[in-house]
Order: sequence, then C-alpha cells, then structure tokens
Amino acid sequence: MITPRYHREIPQRYRLEAGKCTACGEIHFPPRAVCRKCAGREMETIALPRRGKVLTHTTVWIPPAQFEEQKPYVNAVVELENGVKLTCMVCEAPPDEVTIGTEVELVFRRLQHGPAWEVIQYGYKARVIKA
Amino acid sequence: MHGIVGYGAYVPRFRIKAEQIANQWGADADAFKKGLLLEEKTVPGPDEDTITISVAAARDAVTRAGIDPQLIGACYIGSESHPYAVKPSGTVLIDALGIGPDCHVADFEFACKAGTEAMYVAYSHVKSGEMPYALGIGADTSQGAPGDALEYTASAGGSAFVMGSEGVVAEILHTYSFTSDTPDFWRREGEFYPRHAGRFTGEPAYFHHVLSSCQGILDRSGMKPEDFRYAVFHMPNGKFPLRAGKTMGFTKEQLEQGWVVNLMGNTYSGSSPTGLAACLDEAKPGDNILITSFGSGAGSDSFILRATDRLPEVQGLAPKVRDQLADRRIHLDYGKYVAYRGKIRMNEV
Ligand SMILES: [Zn+2]
Repeated sequence: MITPRYHREIPQRYRLEAGKCTACGEIHFPPRAVCRKCAGREMETIALPRRGKVLTHTTVWIPPAQFEEQKPYVNAVVELENGVKLTCMVCEAPPDEVTIGTEVELVFRRLQHGPAWEVIQYGYKARVIKA
Repeated sequence: MHGIVGYGAYVPRFRIKAEQIANQWGADADAFKKGLLLEEKTVPGPDEDTITISVAAARDAVTRAGIDPQLIGACYIGSESHPYAVKPSGTVLIDALGIGPDCHVADFEFACKAGTEAMYVAYSHVKSGEMPYALGIGADTSQGAPGDALEYTASAGGSAFVMGSEGVVAEILHTYSFTSDTPDFWRREGEFYPRHAGRFTGEPAYFHHVLSSCQGILDRSGMKPEDFRYAVFHMPNGKFPLRAGKTMGFTKEQLEQGWVVNLMGNTYSGSSPTGLAACLDEAKPGDNILITSFGSGAGSDSFILRATDRLPEVQGLAPKVRDQLADRRIHLDYGKYVAYRGKIRMNEV
C-alpha cells in the first residue's frame, strides 16, 4: 500500500473511527462524505465498539503474496455490538476455532510485513475471545 | 501521592517448549530445563511485534486507569526490538490509542532494562507536576541465535504503566539506579543476533548490578526484606532472580508471584515489569512491592511501591498475567517457530 493512503486511513484502521450521520444516525465504516441512507453531508466521528461476533467466515489457503507468511488464515465478516459489520482477518486462530457466532474482539496487529524497505502496516484484526 | 494509576500486561498466545529447541540442536532438554528453571517460552505471532504488544498492554493500562487518553502527556516505549531502526514505536502507539498529538514521545533502549527506564522517566514527569499522566512501557520480541542458550529464553511480551497523581493504585515510594560500563552482552549495528560473554554475564554483570541496586534502594528507604509482600528481580532465566532474591534475604513466598519466567521466558524489557504486573494483580492495599530490573551493558533500576485502596477496584478490569499464561496456549514445533520468528531466509515478494 502506498504511504499517503496508509496515512490517510490511520483513524479508521487504528482507532475504528466511523462517521455517524447527524441527520439520521446511520453509521458508516469506513467513513464517507455522503450518507447512504438520507444523503446527509454532516458526519460525527465516533469510535466503534471493539467486541462482536462472526457472521460468516472463510479460510484462505492461497493468499496474495503479502499475506503468505500468515497462511492459512481466516477472514470473517464481524458484526460489532452496535450492529456495524466489517470484514477482517482473524488472528492467531486455527481455522477450526472460528465458526458462525464465535465471539471476537478487534485488536491491533501488523496487517502485512512487506519487504524491509517499506513502511510496516498496522490495523485491526479479530481475535477469538476465550469461550 | 505519585505512582501507577493503571497497568496492563500482554502475553502472546504462542509457546515453544524447551524440549522442541533441545531436540532440534541435539541438546539435553532436561539439563537445560533444570539449568534455566524454564519449561517453555512465549513466541510472538507472525503479525505481532513490539508495537502491537505495547498497544495491547497500554490499552489495558488506560482501561484500568479509567482516564481520557488525551490527558497522557508523554509516552515512552523501552525495547531492544523496536520494529524500525528509524521511526519511533511510540508514534504508532499514540495514534492507535488516541493519545496526542499533544504528547512527548520517545523510544528507549538499554538491553533488558529499557522498560523500567521508560517507567522511571514517565514517573518523574508526573512527580514534577509537568503533566497529569505519562505512559511507560517495556516490551520485546527478542531473538536468540539458533542453538544458543539464549534461544531457550528469549521470548515476547510486555507491560505498560500509566503514571499519575490522581487515582494512584500503587504509590512509588523510592527509586534508585545503579549503572556501570560492563560489557556482558551486546549487539553492534547490522548484526542480527546479540553476543554474550558466557559466564561473565553472571557475577560481574547481573548479580553485581541487581544486588547493588537492591541494596541501594533498601539503604535509602530504611526498609528491610521482611517489610515487603512481593519482590521482583529481572528474569533472564529462572535461576538468577531466585538466587538474587535469596542473597538479599527474600523468601520463596515473596518471590514466586512475580516469577513468571518458567512459563514465559525472558521478555527482556518486559521481564521485570510483567513480574510487577503479576504482583499488582494480587496485591492488597498496604502491600509493599520491590522491583529491580537489569539491563546488560550494564545497569539496574529499583522501585519500591505500595498498593493503595484503589488497587482492588481495577485488578479485574483487564486480563491478569497468570490467566494469560495459563489460557489458550498454542504450542509450536521448531519448524513453525523459526518461520514465525523470521529466521528462515525467503525470497522477497
Ligand atoms: Zn443520514
């Protein structure tokens, strides 16, 4: 990922900052300029809750090159406590540990290491909460 | 009153047993386990490093402190495994936790005692009244050369401490440091693994500095070993801290709560701070705690702390050290371990 884009996305990738429409209350993650529900243009910045559960998941055995060292890994759609859904990697979990309904929390991890001359990219991943 | 207002510790989920390493290199596993008093050590996941460990520990420290992160005026991470040679780990951490940009940030290095350095400077800021809160962190993902004795111990983890004057959970009563030029362990720029001076790392390095620092703070405080509920000494292996503690006159009961090395390994800058966190998990109001770190090169920092009435209110707000050591472990074989630790040379993608 190019550095300017990485830097621009830090608020959402590091701190889960979302845009909440001041007119209708719809929450957008990642944030957007115009509300998809009411076309309102005024957004309040809120931080998403870090806990949620897995809605659906898949195991990646043949990843893009930059994720090679982490395979196999689980990608999941996670529904957070406030109903917002997002897609992310599930870290440190053997594939059989993740199923629909698995409770997770979003934690701060290295997304991809990349070659040694590039910026290291960090962001959120889901981590299974002990059953 | 000045001291710790919130603390947090992070233990990675992955482990490797001493047997795995011994079997790989044709060494006697029982001899190593007995010699080092160590069963297994933590291993960072492929997506973990000093920054992610620091963020996890500091998030829990801020939760226990119950403060607005914007009030934190300084952030220091002590480590010998900062992911970047040039770009401070703390810059990533403050943005992850919503601290700053009104914040003083620096990375510290001093082999295994960089964490207590960070704690000392953070504490000094709040004591001087310069700022309401400051964050001091010790974290590492250290490497030992394959087959070296260090490979059995060098592990990953860290602890974070929010220092402040309001809502103190452990008051810092005394501090003391003892430092000299003692070349027991080093790594020059461009070298991948550190070197150590074998047995020279014991008496003139670890024991001389740890015992002198501990004696120094006892002399200054006028306190005696029996005045303490817990004592923590830097844990390069299982044996050294127990021997140091015994030499100073501490009992097994005082030493065992903070002695996490047998299940965790040597977390370098995170070692004695994580021992302290394990003691704070269980301490009762009025309990005195002594901690002495050690960093090769060489030096020791000592702190005397006293738990306050607020400590029991925050102990349960985040995961405890010994729960993290016991829960959800995934044991790796040696092959997986070297892959996770980046010890295999791969083609660049
Ligand atoms: Zn709207």
